[in-house]
Amino acid sequence: MVLVTKPNIADADGFYARLLATHRGLSAAESHALNARLVLILANHVGEADVLEAALALARDGA
Amino acid sequence: MAYEYRPFDYVPPPGLTAAEPRHRVAIVGAGPIGLAMAIELANHGVPAVVLDDNNVVSVGSRAICWSKRSLEILDRLGVGQACVDKGVTWKVGRTFHRAAEVFNFDLLPEDGHKMPAFVNLQQYYVEEYLVARAQAMGIELRWKNKVVAVERHADHAVLTVETPDGPYELEADWVIACDGARSPVRGMLGLEFEGELFEERFLIADIQMQADFPSERWFWFEPEFHNGQSALLHKQPDNIYRIDLQLGWDTDPEVEKQPERIIPRIEKVVGHKNFTLDWTSIYTFQCRRLRQFVHGPVLFVGDSAHIVSPFGARGGNGGLQDVDALGWRLAAVVKGAQPAAILAGYDRERVFGADENLLNSSRSTRFMSPEDGVERLFRDAVLHLASRVDFARPMVNSGRLSRPCTYPLVAPDADLPSGARPGSVAPDAPFDDGWLLDALGREFVVLALGQEAPAVPGARGVQPALNDHLRRRYLGSAERAVYLIRPDQVVAARWLTATPDAIAAAMAAGWGG
Ligand SMILES: Cc1cc2nc3c(=O)[nH]c(=O)nc-3n(C[C@H](O)[C@H](O)[C@H](O)COP(=O)(O)OP(=O)(O)OC[C@H]3O[C@@H](n4cnc5c(N)ncnc54)[C@H](O)[C@@H]3O)c2cc1C
Repeated sequence: MVLVTKPNIADADGFYARLLATHRGLSAAESHALNARLVLILANHVGEADVLEAALALARDGA
Repeated sequence: MAYEYRPFDYVPPPGLTAAEPRHRVAIVGAGPIGLAMAIELANHGVPAVVLDDNNVVSVGSRAICWSKRSLEILDRLGVGQACVDKGVTWKVGRTFHRAAEVFNFDLLPEDGHKMPAFVNLQQYYVEEYLVARAQAMGIELRWKNKVVAVERHADHAVLTVETPDGPYELEADWVIACDGARSPVRGMLGLEFEGELFEERFLIADIQMQADFPSERWFWFEPEFHNGQSALLHKQPDNIYRIDLQLGWDTDPEVEKQPERIIPRIEKVVGHKNFTLDWTSIYTFQCRRLRQFVHGPVLFVGDSAHIVSPFGARGGNGGLQDVDALGWRLAAVVKGAQPAAILAGYDRERVFGADENLLNSSRSTRFMSPEDGVERLFRDAVLHLASRVDFARPMVNSGRLSRPCTYPLVAPDADLPSGARPGSVAPDAPFDDGWLLDALGREFVVLALGQEAPAVPGARGVQPALNDHLRRRYLGSAERAVYLIRPDQVVAARWLTATPDAIAAAMAAGWGG
């Protein structure tokens, strides 16, 4: 498998709004903690080492 | 009851009055590793003299968790059963976050092994048994013999040894430095001990109490009784319990060492005052190793070669695996059967093993003691998720307990169970009325399953009657197989069927390691 970088979420605007809504009312520290959990949850769902490696590299790019 | 230390007798060594003939092997340090090394060499017919600056066994319990592999090695040395009989056998570990259990593991879920997954036994008992065994075998243990200088030559080394009656010199073809984490020999050779110091402190306390506590390892992250830090509780024989408490880097070890500081902390863990302190110590985490373990005629084994943080029990157990990897090779070199170059195999394999232990140990330390910022963020995220969903549980790291590594051998291999692939310790299994591992070791063995063992000069053939355990661990779906097993019980090569020539070639390569 390779990392999907083409649009893959049917309702992109809807998801983006859901993401923000999930964070609503949290302090910055709580939001960071939520994001960390979210990363772990999604990473486990992906599972495949190559895909995770590609995702880590893409996320790090330009940081 | 508390352990009673009986000092061993100092006997003035012959070297004080006249130069001693050159020894084949001198071992510096009579800790568990030096003692095991001497017995292992004696089992291979090579005499060694052991020098120790002290005259008692380990002060304090120190290493308490002995792995299955260590017990198998100790068994070959003649003290395995004594350790199992006296020790507390356990295989279940539980991990808690705050008050809730988030995770537990069973280390030996299947039967058909002579030795249990782990026993807890204070290091002083292990040393006591090893000393008795060494003495019964006639191995010379020289107490109160402190090595103060080492001179390296091309084919031997000269030690200067201090005794209560003054100094003497001792020559040996090989010097094995088993002189512990602070290794004076390492210092005398000016060798660098490379690695990391973690900015963390743990209080370790052995307490004696009557309690009905299961034989399990309990580890807490952020327990309510210990203010956001980690804690470990582990049972030892004689009603002694090991408690480890994370203190943080800002604490003052001199202050924390005081019983009036320690006792209230322990009261909070166990919930009462009915205990006595048996031994306490404060330690920092270090993960270091020598770049090489072989330095001409001086060989490093055990803590002198590598140290890890204690969670994972990889110190003493790792050292015994060094002994396992060195004994058969050095014995062959001393007897002139193999060139000294084969010791490179010891160096390569045990550097590999040490790196695996260091990697596991530093990962555990990172998890237990995360730096502020993102390390703590993810650590806490894992703990938060672990009580809710399965997937996060394997990420919870309170120490990955010692297991023997699989050496990266380039050797003939076949489509057979991966647990017995070349480089792994041969898995134990029932064998006739006893155990397979009792039939392996000391020399190369050709283990033939479902066929006759091809006759190979220099190797012993073993043909067990098949049983389910042997089938599962060695054959899988195959009907027959041939395994070549090294004197340290590591699989050197395997085939479905093999000619004597192919096996002999693998054996020659196996000596090179
Ligand atoms: C708190 C704590 C908990 C631990 N828990 C575990 C555990 O659960 N499981 C595990 O596997 N490991 C554990 N370890 C690690 C374990 O104790 C060591 O890995 C083990 O003792 C190493 O054995 P060794 O023989 O190499 O060194 P040591 O046991 O340190 O022995 C070295 C010997 O050399 C002698 N010596 C030193 N200098 C000289 C000299 N100049 N001349 C002559 N003799 C000398 C010393 O007197 C000593 O007898 C723990 C360690 C600590 C500190």
